[in-house]
Amino acid sequence: MAHGPQPGFKRWLYTTNHKDIGSMYLWFSFAMFLLGGCMALVIRAELFEPGLQIVQPEFFNQMTTMHGLIMVFGAVMPAFVGLANWMIPMMVGAPDMALPRMNNWSFWILPFAFTMLASTLFMDGGAPNFGWTFYAPLSTEYAPPSVTFFIFAIHIMGASSIMGAINIIATILNMRAPGMTLMKMPLFVWTWLITAYLLIAVMPVLAGVVTMMLMDIHFGTSFFSAAGGGDPVLFQHVFWFFGHPEVYIMILPAFGIVSAIIPTFARKPLFGYSSMVYATASIAFLSFIVWAHHMFTVGMPIAGELFFMYATMLIAVPTGVKVFNWITTMFRGSMTFETPMLFSIAFVILFTLGGFSGLMLAIAPADFQYHDTYFVVAHFHYVLVPGAIFSITAGVYYWLPKWTGNMYNETMGKVHFWLAFIGLNVTFFPMHFVGLAGMPRRIPDYALQFADFNQIASMGAFLFGAAQIVFLFNVVRTVQGGKKASDEVWDNPEGLEWTVPSPAPYHTFSTPPSVR
Amino acid sequence: MASESSYYVPEQSRLPIFATIGMFLTAFGAASWINGGSSYIFFIGALAMATVLWFWFAAVIRENMAGLNSEQLKRSYVWGMGWFIFSEVMFFAAFFGALYYIRTFSLPWLGGEGDRGSSNMLWEGFESTWPLMVTPDAAVHGDAAKVVGPKDIIDPWHLPLLNTILLLASSVTVHFAHVFLKKDRRTAFNVWLGITVLLGAAFLFFQVEEYLEAYQHLGLTLESGIYGTTFFMLTGFHGAHVTMGTIMLLIMLLRSVIAHHFKPDDHFGFEAASWYWHFVDVVWVGLFIFVYVLGS
Repeated sequence: MAHGPQPGFKRWLYTTNHKDIGSMYLWFSFAMFLLGGCMALVIRAELFEPGLQIVQPEFFNQMTTMHGLIMVFGAVMPAFVGLANWMIPMMVGAPDMALPRMNNWSFWILPFAFTMLASTLFMDGGAPNFGWTFYAPLSTEYAPPSVTFFIFAIHIMGASSIMGAINIIATILNMRAPGMTLMKMPLFVWTWLITAYLLIAVMPVLAGVVTMMLMDIHFGTSFFSAAGGGDPVLFQHVFWFFGHPEVYIMILPAFGIVSAIIPTFARKPLFGYSSMVYATASIAFLSFIVWAHHMFTVGMPIAGELFFMYATMLIAVPTGVKVFNWITTMFRGSMTFETPMLFSIAFVILFTLGGFSGLMLAIAPADFQYHDTYFVVAHFHYVLVPGAIFSITAGVYYWLPKWTGNMYNETMGKVHFWLAFIGLNVTFFPMHFVGLAGMPRRIPDYALQFADFNQIASMGAFLFGAAQIVFLFNVVRTVQGGKKASDEVWDNPEGLEWTVPSPAPYHTFSTPPSVR
Repeated sequence: MASESSYYVPEQSRLPIFATIGMFLTAFGAASWINGGSSYIFFIGALAMATVLWFWFAAVIRENMAGLNSEQLKRSYVWGMGWFIFSEVMFFAAFFGALYYIRTFSLPWLGGEGDRGSSNMLWEGFESTWPLMVTPDAAVHGDAAKVVGPKDIIDPWHLPLLNTILLLASSVTVHFAHVFLKKDRRTAFNVWLGITVLLGAAFLFFQVEEYLEAYQHLGLTLESGIYGTTFFMLTGFHGAHVTMGTIMLLIMLLRSVIAHHFKPDDHFGFEAASWYWHFVDVVWVGLFIFVYVLGS
């Protein structure tokens, strides 16, 4: 316990320290964010003009597939787990995660799994090309041979997620400092508790569905083949039973981060703490009974269409509670607009916009028009980029001084924010229009009338990409040095993490603090 | 939730990175083997994985016996095992859910019934039955069909009934073992645990017997349409879990007999294995009802 970090690379290979592991998760996630981002830029470069310009359709499909898989499983999820590793033990007053060795295992699986996934790009027949949702029979009967490697990569990254989630639950339920009752936990801890539950509930279902694919492809089973009595639509049901809670896995921790940042910079306590907890739990519950809203056009009985339509609309209620609480927290607060706050406010506004387009898509008869168009692409990028990515960025700026002991460069942070904010809106807002006008998603070529908006979107994408270079530069500079941060860093922020020195010592809370 | 002052945080450890390498080689090896490559990498990986787990568990046992584990730390292991079992429940739920969807919705639709009965246009002449003895392929293409149904299915009231009795009994015997361990009656514990392991092995023996009959005499295989698919995937994954559970209990037995591990008030290793065993037992009850009895 008393030892500090070992020198050299072995520190990172063998570490059991939640801060080391948190940092590795975050750097890995950023690397994947850049890789997935480069793939997005290939897509946008190809779509800059109608007609085939740069890549062949086959490779274009591999890019859309890998971009989605890498961003979901490689960038967003590990980033949240990295933040959880860094912050949850400090927020609940624990010396480390509950199961530190398993924590290391959960992390190190990921680089191996993604090496395996990325290596499919160089295999005969190319990488998976069936979209990140890998619908059968595209992903079974018509899949390239590399699909087998894709399946096993999913298996081990699923194992990593499940172990990570078990660790987080055990930490939260078992390691809180004396006096920290459940309803005194910071919201980031609450949202992660519920997220971890969702992960353990649905990652095995993902393992199940890729196993069914594996058996259909190689061992002659008939899960997704009507010739043997199976049904390709079965794939979509099982996949989305995983996939919809997965969407919330990527947004609930974001709610927690924003709920920590907004009160600090509005200098008011969070409005409606307990309603935030109950809203999070309601969203998690509803996430299990809305999955078929991804499948309105696939052929379902009318009762199914109606049920999934109304259940989906219900989600707007707890989400509305949250947005209301964030706005009310800011209302008449002494607001200042440091970088984390800028990202958080953009989160509230743009995530709400993404939520509204989600409501439009929830209307089953309307969805028949929007389905598989760029409108859907616009919708989920509006919830994921300003939702997940902006909140992670906000969290990094917010806690970076605590991690490194140095303040980041505020001007550079603001430049990053405005470039990213403008870039993302220029990229994704026009997609609403081309989508409503009928441009289908996942195609390398399109009709002439969509050209203008696509050119605008492509320019925005490169701007957004460039903004991330500013971010990288700022973070590296802060790690290396800079203005020293105080222990509190911000103006009277709430939470145990601000009671320890900056930078946080290698081991915090070896003896638990007492919480009033 | 009250926190004691000394939560044991292990020093740096080589175990996880070696476990990662083992897991990666297993997964990568399995994929290349299935894609027509050699099987060496898979077996090397699986062996590495098993070795690392051996040393990992040994380390945890050593720490516990050295008194490093506080009550709080032990609770972490309890939570860990509990949530691991929940993840297993959800894995089986995916396959049970698939069976339910096929039987309740998609197969009747394929046979022309209900809301989506128009699917039958593609497979004219196909009738939805369960067990599905004539696949849509066979109904349309006759002898030219690639996927034909089984000739017959397993009678639930012979081997499966016997296996139900064996497995339910083993859940009781493992509970007896636990009771005697808590009373510190070592011999009785060993005997009841030994009986449990034998019951598990007997179950597996009859399961293999059943599979042989299915493949050799009934034409019931993985390739025989959706009935064979769901039958073998559900019972097969269950069988794999029984195998794991039997190995776990066997190791607990050896730990008790050879190394005299476990104390009346400190035996979570055994308890975790017995939870796992009760879990595979419950899954079997679900299988017996939904796959065997209601499937025939």
